[in-house]
Amino acid sequence: MRLFVEGVGLLGPGLPGWQVGRGVLAGEERFSFAPTIVVASDLLPAAERRRTPISVKLALAVGQEAFQSSGRDAAQTATVFTSSSGEPDTLHQMCETLASAEREVSPTRFHNSVHNAAAGYWSIATRSMEASTSLCAFDASFGAGLIEAATQIASRRSPVALIAYDHPYPEPLHSARPLVASFGVALVLAHERGAKASAMFELTFPPGEEKSTRLADSALEELRLGSPAARALPVLEALARRKEADVVLEFPTGRRLRVKVSPC
Amino acid sequence: MNSLGAGSDAILHALRAKHSGLRPCDFETARIDTYVGAVPGVDDIRLRRDLSDYDCRNNRLAQMGLEQDGFAEEIAGARDRYGAGRIGFFLGTSTSGVHATELAYRRRDPKTGTLPADYHYAETQNAYSLGEFVRRYLGLGGVGFVVSSACSSSAKVFGTAARMIAAGVCDAAVVGGADSLCLTTLYGFHSLGLTSRGPCRPFDADRDGISIGEGAGFALIARADRAGPGAILLLGVGESSDAYHMSTPHPEGLGAKMAMQEALDSAGLKAADIDYINLHGTATKSNDASEDKAVFEIFGPQTPCSSTKGATGHLLGTAGITEAIISILAIEHGLMPGSAHTRSVDPALKSNYLLENRDAKVARVLTNSFGFGGSNCSLILGAAR
Repeated sequence: MRLFVEGVGLLGPGLPGWQVGRGVLAGEERFSFAPTIVVASDLLPAAERRRTPISVKLALAVGQEAFQSSGRDAAQTATVFTSSSGEPDTLHQMCETLASAEREVSPTRFHNSVHNAAAGYWSIATRSMEASTSLCAFDASFGAGLIEAATQIASRRSPVALIAYDHPYPEPLHSARPLVASFGVALVLAHERGAKASAMFELTFPPGEEKSTRLADSALEELRLGSPAARALPVLEALARRKEADVVLEFPTGRRLRVKVSPC
Repeated sequence: MNSLGAGSDAILHALRAKHSGLRPCDFETARIDTYVGAVPGVDDIRLRRDLSDYDCRNNRLAQMGLEQDGFAEEIAGARDRYGAGRIGFFLGTSTSGVHATELAYRRRDPKTGTLPADYHYAETQNAYSLGEFVRRYLGLGGVGFVVSSACSSSAKVFGTAARMIAAGVCDAAVVGGADSLCLTTLYGFHSLGLTSRGPCRPFDADRDGISIGEGAGFALIARADRAGPGAILLLGVGESSDAYHMSTPHPEGLGAKMAMQEALDSAGLKAADIDYINLHGTATKSNDASEDKAVFEIFGPQTPCSSTKGATGHLLGTAGITEAIISILAIEHGLMPGSAHTRSVDPALKSNYLLENRDAKVARVLTNSFGFGGSNCSLILGAAR
């Protein structure tokens, strides 16, 4: 399967957007870990902005950045959201309330607890009535989203935005599922080579025991292993370096996805 | 597998008899004045020994579902035919094993607040838990993941599987889903004023909300050119977003209409080609009103339609697969199920809503699943010629 990258959005610790992140991943600037700064998206009206939890803000922010550089209309573009944890703060708050004598959960909190909350807010914010799906494959969530996006592009012959995001849980869930930082990445992907295409992906499923592609920088490698969404980093590094590269992503089933990245 | 019965035969029999699985809610410690569709005996289920870390109500339901209708044996045969690595798995759930987390939060260490040592996050709470449980149970090795788009989850997996097979990512795929009763959805829907006091009554003038149900359902999808005699064809899939509100459907049913129209277009069919529509029909005021508008605009007053949620309850993330299987039973047995618990159809609703069972040839069914976040999915299933 072939697809073309038209826009990138990135938000992570020490990676405040694709513009800066690209330089870091290309090795032009040193990576230093600093807490991810997630600002409320101006895509949403003020009332909705207050109601949106941080994981949704993260997803919207990277999605918005990717569309800005792609020149595509988000309202006309299908979306694939993928996340291991969904909305962690809301889960914690709901479970605390449900473990208490009161048990009165807030209706807003309940609708924010669904795994597709980010997709719902995105469609409202962008007025996109196109198809949208929300996936989870634990640590392989980014790879799963990439395959879903690629097969959608192959069948619909129209662009798809892939938005992968993961925000750490608060305690006590953090100890059960520790993620090192909030990380989000968005790719606007198209079926044909347009004027805005910066790279081509070719997806294959190689046999054998090849391991996932690692990052040379140990701090970035720690981030890659510390957040499911950050499993995208080797792909982003290849995009940033504008060099041909093969990236391997492992699945829990032992299957592997190879992404051949070629600059356009 | 759901409150109506275990296995296709039991569910068909119950639909024919117009039974309902809805009973007053006595789930766990929930104190809510509502009816639910609970599956009996879940507490006594033990997961297969090698998968005991996955133990939670949701995966117990999944295992119960996998043990029905010779499904696990069927998959063993498919593994021989295709090879385990060529069979994908795409499963839908809304809340996965959240009930395990709800229970663990009651057992936090009083001093440190930590969760109990026997809490298994990845195997229960994480949305992918269901996917990995089903994959291991069936011995599959292909590409797979979980779709969690609220109440459209296990309908959307059909679209994903069809695209994966078309692109050659896999040759066949297990689709379906599981969702269990839990405090999150019971208290959550209650907080929105959306739980019915009695058994839910879809399309009734006096409908007052949903009855939450639970269950699991699975199907094997393969290339049409490898379909055996008696196979059911997935003819069309339509997906859209409302872009309107997180928990209320578009009042004009705009997103629903788009999904149904796309399903028809992708199948190359006209509205008149559909013999029966299995509605989303949750029995909330807003869902039934907006879905009726959408259905009426496309299908007019002719096409018979009904919701089976008065029989099963709203299975949330499992509604899609459950109603796809009911649609298959409708085709195989020439049964258009009448709406359990609905007394008289709301005069404001204009579609051809069935209160009583109708025996008729059913060649093609459209089934709707809509969810929070405005996620819509319509499937068209048909008999192979």
